[in-house]
Amino acid sequence: MSLLEVQNLAVRFGDHTAVADVSLTLERGERFGIIGESGSGKTLTALAITGLLPESAVMAGAIRIDDNPIPSDERAMARLRGKRIGIVFQEPMTALNPLMPIGEQIGEAIRLSDIGGVEHIELPLLLGEVGLENRHAQRFPHQLSGGQRQRAMIAMALASQPDILIADEPTSALDLITQRLVLDLIAELCTRRKMALLFISHDLKSVAALCSRVAVMHDGRFVEVGKTRTVFGEPREAYTKLLVAAAEFKTPLRDRQPIGETLLEVRGLTRDYRQGGLLFGRKKPLRAVDSVCFSIGQAESVALVGPSGCGKSTLARMIVGLDNASGGQMALSGQTYHGRDLPTGLRRDVSLVFQDPFGSFDPHLTIGQSLAEPLRLEQGLSLDQQNTRLIEAVQAVGLDPQMMGRHPHAFSGGQRQRLAIARALVTRPKLVVLDEPVSALDMSVRADVLALLAQLQAEFGLTYLIISHDLDMVRAIADRVMVMDAGKIVETGEPNQLFAAPQHALTRELVEARLPELV
Amino acid sequence: MTLFVLRRLLGFAVTLLLAAAVIFFLLDLLPGDPAQFILGINATPENVAQLRAQLGLDAPAWQRLFIWIWGMLQGDFGQSYTQNAPVADLIGERLWVTMPLAILAMAIAIVVGLPLGILAARRRGKLLDTGIMVLAQTGIAIPNFWFGMLLALLFAVTLRWLPPGGFTSWSEDPAAAMRALVLPSLALALPQASILARVMRTALVDVQGQDFIRTARAKGMTMGEAVWRHGVRNALLPVLTVLGLQFAYLVAGTIIVENVFYLPGLGRLIFTAISQRDLILVRGATIVLIVAVTATMLVIDLLYALVDPRLREGEQR
Repeated sequence: MSLLEVQNLAVRFGDHTAVADVSLTLERGERFGIIGESGSGKTLTALAITGLLPESAVMAGAIRIDDNPIPSDERAMARLRGKRIGIVFQEPMTALNPLMPIGEQIGEAIRLSDIGGVEHIELPLLLGEVGLENRHAQRFPHQLSGGQRQRAMIAMALASQPDILIADEPTSALDLITQRLVLDLIAELCTRRKMALLFISHDLKSVAALCSRVAVMHDGRFVEVGKTRTVFGEPREAYTKLLVAAAEFKTPLRDRQPIGETLLEVRGLTRDYRQGGLLFGRKKPLRAVDSVCFSIGQAESVALVGPSGCGKSTLARMIVGLDNASGGQMALSGQTYHGRDLPTGLRRDVSLVFQDPFGSFDPHLTIGQSLAEPLRLEQGLSLDQQNTRLIEAVQAVGLDPQMMGRHPHAFSGGQRQRLAIARALVTRPKLVVLDEPVSALDMSVRADVLALLAQLQAEFGLTYLIISHDLDMVRAIADRVMVMDAGKIVETGEPNQLFAAPQHALTRELVEARLPELV
Repeated sequence: MTLFVLRRLLGFAVTLLLAAAVIFFLLDLLPGDPAQFILGINATPENVAQLRAQLGLDAPAWQRLFIWIWGMLQGDFGQSYTQNAPVADLIGERLWVTMPLAILAMAIAIVVGLPLGILAARRRGKLLDTGIMVLAQTGIAIPNFWFGMLLALLFAVTLRWLPPGGFTSWSEDPAAAMRALVLPSLALALPQASILARVMRTALVDVQGQDFIRTARAKGMTMGEAVWRHGVRNALLPVLTVLGLQFAYLVAGTIIVENVFYLPGLGRLIFTAISQRDLILVRGATIVLIVAVTATMLVIDLLYALVDPRLREGEQR
């Protein structure tokens, strides 16, 4: 008798089949992972098991816990969920009630599970188990860090002492170091409490680190199921092979132009932000960027890594001329500037690619119109010349110029990021600043976009400043890495060397937080 | 929290000061000389000039503004030209009708509107939801003076349960005073309750899709329990904003409804004062209305902070 048994699960929305033919079993204490990209149906599978599917969904198939079919009555299912299944969701900020202290929210979970006379667990004990302190109980979600919020979520899931823990992308909203801590915590708790784990993720490495068996999900179906080692080590299906290759960031080496003379030089750059109100509550200004000095050569790829809030995005904003420095200066091709005073003639030499390919296009403009906007910086281009530039840029990122008449919603995430890169290329810039260029993209698309970036660099001699928190990606693409902490650059070096022998405490922490290789 | 309250109080004071100045100068620019009006068309220019001096109308505008504000701070709103009584007394007397009317109307709107909104949101897409929303739509569309007349026809003329108009003072017969306010406050409350129901429904429907409702259900609650425990309070945030705005409309609405029901309230006082060009009275009464509305906004802001811990810390997110 299996703890959890799912047979031929299907989920439909009207005519659209989102999940089909999904069968799995979970034994006591076993850890099973579901790998899939966005829209693959992995979350719907979890929601179906927990009876949390949206009302518009129609479910077919059988789900049994300890050989009993899960109840169809809402209240009975809710109570079963409360007692037997703990669930951890992706985004801990929105998954917690913003108006209630977390202690109260966890307490609620304890009370709800306390029905059958099982010995009930105390709040302080629970907080301690997930690595929070008693004083955190009075805090509201916005007063906690992302990692602490996710710990609170886990405490809530553990309150009923469940025998199944379902974790749906529990770490994808967290930074690298916190991600590792939370994954380790989940593994430790499962071992100690002999809980079965159903772990859902797009990240092969975290699944490999946690789970003994894995299913690869694509278009609503399981493509490949088996022991984690076998599936990732000797993948049989083409789709699995694609994912494994993407996770290892194997970018083809290309003939690169040699690194030339200095293109960008940053000298003692500082940015302060005023804190508090106009009259009351003035505080010491926050120093987001603190006397940063570095230079980037022509055709070089430099990566800037660091935890969230360390000032990397502020630094990038000043370099591209979107924000003014409070102190220090920058020089692009020898011309000095301080931020917004970047001369118009030089603006075309710098481009920015944003993290989110969905938010960075105006939905009312066609792609062609969006892409043509930077060309305003170049006076005196004829309409024909403009068109040629657009077509060149779109072709350079491997898309069909015919698509330019469409609106952004007609494109997938990967296509949009390609278009964002095309937009950055239309002015034929020298320096391209990439802010987390692939972290919003699905695994299989990431590899394509990185290969594209490498190819463009080889072709046009582009200089990249890449902002990222993903060390594997950085190692694959950067010539040099700068580690930033609390507004300062604390360590610089060639990636392999830096990761092999990190000097600064933060670098060491980052390197240690990396998950082991797949196989 | 103290900082938050201090900031809001300062904002309150500045708003009032600005509003006082705007009203003063607007009315000052209005054509028509109060002295001329009091003395009639046949008055001699000397008499008019004399009365202007007597009323203090010949001082520079900014000086009169400060004298006026200083006086109000001490409870002296000036002397009405037409009624020959202190403005403060006239207003004070009328406030005892208008404020209970407005508060009663607001209370009815909340007690009726919010539960209907919650009910509609919980039965979204069902017959009950459609029914409530159609009712609310109608409630917003019906002008409240007309609804007031319908109410008077039904409950006063046909059923004879309540008086059709007029007012017995509180000191004379509190029960009769209350009875006199029932129909007008119902008339005032109808559109407000309808708006509240719609806003509450939308807010709660939004909240029902939030992740933390799913979390609450994951803990073992049914959808209904999760919405009740976690949804309603979160949905109240947008409702509070609307509530503050509504109070301003409500106070303006009293002017019409008081005329329909012959209530001796502040609205009717202003109405008469404007038609008689009694500037001092108009100014005083308007300021009182503005204080009432701004104070409501202040209370709403403080309530906001009470409901939402994120606001108590000011700038921090």
